[in-house]
Amino acid sequence: MLDLLFLVFLFPLLGFFVLAVSRGHISERTTNVIGIGAVGLAALTTALVGYTFLTTIPTGGAYTQLLWQWMDVPGFHPEFALRLDALSLVMISVVTGVGFLIVLFSAWYMHGEEGYSRFFAYMNLFITSMLFLVLADDLLFVYFGWEGVGLCSYLLIGFLYKDAENGSAARKAFLVTRIGDVAFAIGMWLLVKELGTLNIQDMVAAAHEHWAVGSGVATAAALLLLGGACGKSAQFPLQTWLPDAMAGPTPVSALLHAATMVIAGVYLIARTHGLFLLSPVAMQTVAVIGATTLLIAGLCALAQTDIKRVLAYSTMSQIGYMFLALGVGAWGGAIFHVMTHAFFKALLFLASGSVILACHHEQQMARMGGLRKKLPLTFWSFVAGGAALAAIPPSAGFFSKDAIIHLSYVSGHHGLWLCAIFGAFLTALYTARMIYLTFFGEYRGTTPDAHGHGGEVHRPTGLAHHIPLTVLIIASVVGGFWGLKLIDVLPAAPSGEQPMWLEALPLIVSFAGIAIAWPLFMTFGKTTERLTHHGFGNAIRTLWLHAMGFDWLWDRLLVKPWYWAARFGRRDATDIFGRAVLETGFTHANQLIALTQNGRVRWYAASIGLGAVLILAAVIYS
Amino acid sequence: MNAADALVAGIPLSHGLGVAGILFVLGLAGVLIRRNIIYTLMCIEVMMNAAGLAFIVAASRWQHADGQIMYLMILALAAAETCVGLALVLQLYRRFRGLDLDAASRMQG
Repeated sequence: MLDLLFLVFLFPLLGFFVLAVSRGHISERTTNVIGIGAVGLAALTTALVGYTFLTTIPTGGAYTQLLWQWMDVPGFHPEFALRLDALSLVMISVVTGVGFLIVLFSAWYMHGEEGYSRFFAYMNLFITSMLFLVLADDLLFVYFGWEGVGLCSYLLIGFLYKDAENGSAARKAFLVTRIGDVAFAIGMWLLVKELGTLNIQDMVAAAHEHWAVGSGVATAAALLLLGGACGKSAQFPLQTWLPDAMAGPTPVSALLHAATMVIAGVYLIARTHGLFLLSPVAMQTVAVIGATTLLIAGLCALAQTDIKRVLAYSTMSQIGYMFLALGVGAWGGAIFHVMTHAFFKALLFLASGSVILACHHEQQMARMGGLRKKLPLTFWSFVAGGAALAAIPPSAGFFSKDAIIHLSYVSGHHGLWLCAIFGAFLTALYTARMIYLTFFGEYRGTTPDAHGHGGEVHRPTGLAHHIPLTVLIIASVVGGFWGLKLIDVLPAAPSGEQPMWLEALPLIVSFAGIAIAWPLFMTFGKTTERLTHHGFGNAIRTLWLHAMGFDWLWDRLLVKPWYWAARFGRRDATDIFGRAVLETGFTHANQLIALTQNGRVRWYAASIGLGAVLILAAVIYS
Repeated sequence: MNAADALVAGIPLSHGLGVAGILFVLGLAGVLIRRNIIYTLMCIEVMMNAAGLAFIVAASRWQHADGQIMYLMILALAAAETCVGLALVLQLYRRFRGLDLDAASRMQG
């Protein structure tokens, strides 16, 4: 059964090809059958392969399927090989399982939109690329999938390309992640040059043979890979693209920018953990980046007014937790959080999509409120997802996040642990704020605005809406009861004792956050608003609203100098030479030669005759 | 050797080739000077026959059959060319209401 593994990516790939060549000439119903069916078949295959794998675990805990040799030059033999072990099994289950639910939800969300089959084609291509990324046994192959998901991210953010802002958000996401990708590529070249292979297992084994712990080359390689991971996973300092990526349709935000693509960085670090173990500096950097991001994103989420941007910042902050876990050596904890996060964040995004459509494409929380009675299923989705996000027991998020906070303490990183605790408080605060503002109080969007957003709420109907939400509610609540057995693939987490009262602290701050949010934003909401719109409060709120000014910083550091260099380059000296000599010379030569192309047959015949005479003369007299 | 062969054998090679060359230049001059497409086609025919004559003369000089075979090929080629040419004449007449070849220069080549 395990040799069916290649079918997992083949189904979405075929789905993509069929939908792509149909070029929108097929009905929504046919598109649904192909687009959703392909992902469904992939999920079924995954279930089958996963069941076989878990019942009869292959020797070494991994099954490798060699598809073909990519290239074969002396000293470098990258292969197209799939590797199934506990880690990649978790990942493909999340990608195809959650992916299937989101694609199903898209049938409801995208109904009647222009470019319906194009959307599903992109989604299928994305799932294929993501499966390449997580199944690949070779870093070059990983990179192939890595760039594939980057491309799909670009295409899907800019899906509604008629709005110029969406296009620029797509370009921003593409270019910012490209910075990380370049670092990743340089890291791979370094590994090839030093170790001669990119096969992950061989590479890690060779690294342990050649490099001592803490050696400079190992640190450089690990930090370069970390650069790639930071770009893709929207971590400090490359985090600025993620909030803008919310320009894409909401299912895209759910699948790419919450559940799967953005955790590729976490996966990469977990996959190459052997390399990171050689470099304590790189590990420390991973942890610090994670802690920094989770704090920055948590604070920014508090000030957002757009429901999707709150979720975007919360995604960033949860990935920060995963990076923190990786950095302190809690490898399994990070992957566990990847899984539970995929459940509850997909749920929250889909539910927010449900809210947005119900309110006629309104995204501002200021124009929502009181939706608890009008949209019961959506409300309970938010409660389940929000509880998991804020790590309230017994939801899935509680188990995974609590494990991370616990392990960051017992591994001795007490400063980072404090950050994580404060982050947990912030998470509960902004989650509660989002739910209170959206679902409690009075409905504030009764009259449509200038764009026709808002107005009478209409309740979503249809199984394509209800099934994904219901399944994800269940997954978010009970998904954490079974821990993951990753001990074959990833090293054991640090163990140690923690005082009892510290053990309870994350729980206390979570409840505190939820409790404080009510008076802060509901009872005394007007006072809070007045305080944050004047003087110092306003300055803080503006800073948080605009993502701590990182967009401004990047604009000054990179974008402006780049434009300046481009303007400078336009006026350089070679251009003057080029314009004076080359341009005029070529223009005149062109005009001269164009004279011969006058369309007169007799002229052409004369040219042929003259040419024949010249050639004959040359032959005779040479 | 029959009478016709004897007659041809009596003509020096240079004379035969000279006639062929004169015919060819006449044809080429016609192509270059005449604007009427029918004359152009006739002149092309003359040029082809000039080439054919050169082959025949050379074949008789060296007593070789290849030249005669080449002449047959040129004949077939000329017939095909005439077909295409006449079709062009018809089209030209239909489109431009005349036979002036230079009228069909709108495409600039």
